[in-house]
Amino acid sequence: MSDISLRGEAARAPVAATRASGRGIDWFFLVAVVLVVITFVRVVYFTPVEAIQGPAQKIFYLHLPAALAAFMAFGLVAITSVLYLWLKDPKLDLIAESAAEVGVVFTTMVLVSGPLWGKPVWGTWWTWDARLTLTLFLWFVYVGYLVLRGAIEDSAMRARYSAVLGILGALLIPFIHLSVYLFRTLHPMPIVLKPSAPSLPKDMLETLLLSFVSFTILFFAFLRARYHLALDRAAIEAEDRR
Amino acid sequence: MTEADRALHQVVEAHGLVRSFGGRRAVDGVSFALAGGECLAVFGPNGAGKTTLLRMLAGLLKPTAGAARIAGVELPGGPDVRSVVGLISHASMLYGALTARENVELAAKLYGVSRPRDAALRSLERMRVADRAETPVRSLSRGLQQRVSVARAMVHEPEVVLLDEPFTGLDAAGAAALSGALVELRSNGAALILVTHNIEEGLSLATRAAIMNGGRFVRVEEREGLDAAAYAASYRELVS
Amino acid sequence: MRSAKHISLLSASLLIARKDLAIEFRTRTAFFSAVVFALLGIVIFYFAWDPTAVAAIDLAPGVIWVIFTFAGLLGLHRSFGVEMADRAIDGLLGAPVPREAIYLGKALANLVFVSAVEAITIPAVALFYNMPFGGQGFAIAVIALLASIGLVAVGTLFSAMAVNTRLAELLLPMLSLPFFVPVVMPAAQATARLLAGRPVAEVAGWVRILVAFDIAFVVACMLAFPFTLEE
Repeated sequence: MSDISLRGEAARAPVAATRASGRGIDWFFLVAVVLVVITFVRVVYFTPVEAIQGPAQKIFYLHLPAALAAFMAFGLVAITSVLYLWLKDPKLDLIAESAAEVGVVFTTMVLVSGPLWGKPVWGTWWTWDARLTLTLFLWFVYVGYLVLRGAIEDSAMRARYSAVLGILGALLIPFIHLSVYLFRTLHPMPIVLKPSAPSLPKDMLETLLLSFVSFTILFFAFLRARYHLALDRAAIEAEDRR
Repeated sequence: MTEADRALHQVVEAHGLVRSFGGRRAVDGVSFALAGGECLAVFGPNGAGKTTLLRMLAGLLKPTAGAARIAGVELPGGPDVRSVVGLISHASMLYGALTARENVELAAKLYGVSRPRDAALRSLERMRVADRAETPVRSLSRGLQQRVSVARAMVHEPEVVLLDEPFTGLDAAGAAALSGALVELRSNGAALILVTHNIEEGLSLATRAAIMNGGRFVRVEEREGLDAAAYAASYRELVS
Repeated sequence: MRSAKHISLLSASLLIARKDLAIEFRTRTAFFSAVVFALLGIVIFYFAWDPTAVAAIDLAPGVIWVIFTFAGLLGLHRSFGVEMADRAIDGLLGAPVPREAIYLGKALANLVFVSAVEAITIPAVALFYNMPFGGQGFAIAVIALLASIGLVAVGTLFSAMAVNTRLAELLLPMLSLPFFVPVVMPAAQATARLLAGRPVAEVAGWVRILVAFDIAFVVACMLAFPFTLEE
């Protein structure tokens, strides 16, 4: 038994020496986490409670920045997909993979925080609000993307197929948006209060901006860490094949 | 053929052809030249890269590196290359639900052959399977399917014929029909590349013999003057 | 050297479409399965809801379009299966045929398949749900055609991809359904309005979405198709 593990480790030694992930402390990630913690503290203790909606409104400081991160991830998947089909650089595919996984996490955050916010404030768990619906479809496309990747062994085919799906998914989004918009204008729907930034009082606005910044940094920290993991996995796969 | 003659009539030229899959080089620098009327037999163990080489020459795969020309067109040449190449592999490439004639006729139409139906029947006749022309392919035995497959590959009178283990599953009559068709093609100026495990069959058709291993041609020699038995013995030693 | 006149995109597409339809016609299993599935679905839906709460005419459009998408998926699935069986696809790829012709030909065959299923199930719905189709029949047929084009455009591409993966039966619906929503929703909404006797002009917005989707995705999928082939 020990023979096998020793051989395995010896085979991995070349990758271990040069690997990108797991070496020492990821300072970037640490900074991101600290910023997010600071944001939360500020949200909970140092931001005034909104008059109409009550304490539940504070979920919005998570909900909106998470939505931004989710769509940023999606945009990144779409762009790297186009670039991959053009340039064929496998690293682009790894970025897309990382962005999709991170994107799914943030999308799930949006879909969970939405109802949690909605129930106490508007009385319903789910409204077919245009943005929430769009995010739901984003989630479906992401999950499909990851399942597709999981179902293909060959790395070149996986990269090509994922890129095709990434691009078509991006093309789908405006159509979903349009469909939902048409649907809503013809059907009576609960009116969702849009938390518009300009009408927010100063300290709420500051908290929101802080939240945007810290979530964006967190997004990139996750992306970077996941990308390094993807690089290492690809290196190990290449070695195993030889 | 003299060297000078050969240089004038190169139908297939390959220079350092490479094909990688991920990090692995399935074809690792193959060079050769083949004139019309010649037949190159390629022997080699499984995984040597023979099928990959053929698929590149057939226009199904793009080379990762290196260059090749088929009938003067640089690879990957798109339709210009594909229209002069015929590929026969161990998969039949036929539609089981369609009849033998329909399969071959479809190919004739796709290759732009004039009077496709007649061409299809002629091609089936050449492979001695015209009497089963209206039978759905899936009702035919493996051997007969292979004959239809060959008829399909040759219906457009290709200048280059690539054969990947074509004798698999053929009975004596089928093998004879195939050999006959190949000899006829050769005498009409087609270049053949024949990949096979069967040394005897390969050498019986070849004008040149190559052994492929690890993505490369490790031995290439003219057929003339080769002793089949000795060659077979040294091949078995080489790949064991 | 051969003359450089190769088969055109259109001719090749039609040849491939005819070939696919000929194969399907010989075996007919996929077609019958899809039709039976559709009819069963319609019947089940009928018994699954309270007729005093929702009138048949309100339920029918939604039912029709949900059933069509799932029956369509059955047909789409077999589209590339037939090419993989004996590597017949290599025969197509080895011929001097533009790769897009393979996509267009198969999409066309799939369109005929799906339309044939619809042609049988729509009268069945009229029968089971006691609905008059009468005057709006032509408009509904046009909408059905536009929606079918959208379904088939996306479904053909995804079936080309799914057939090469481990989870083909799961993957095809999973990937396709989000893309079917901007097709099914306009189609169902428009059909509902037409069945309710509303004038055609009222469904113009939905029709525009369908046309836009069809154009966008037929082009996008046709351009994307060569990337699903190994080369």
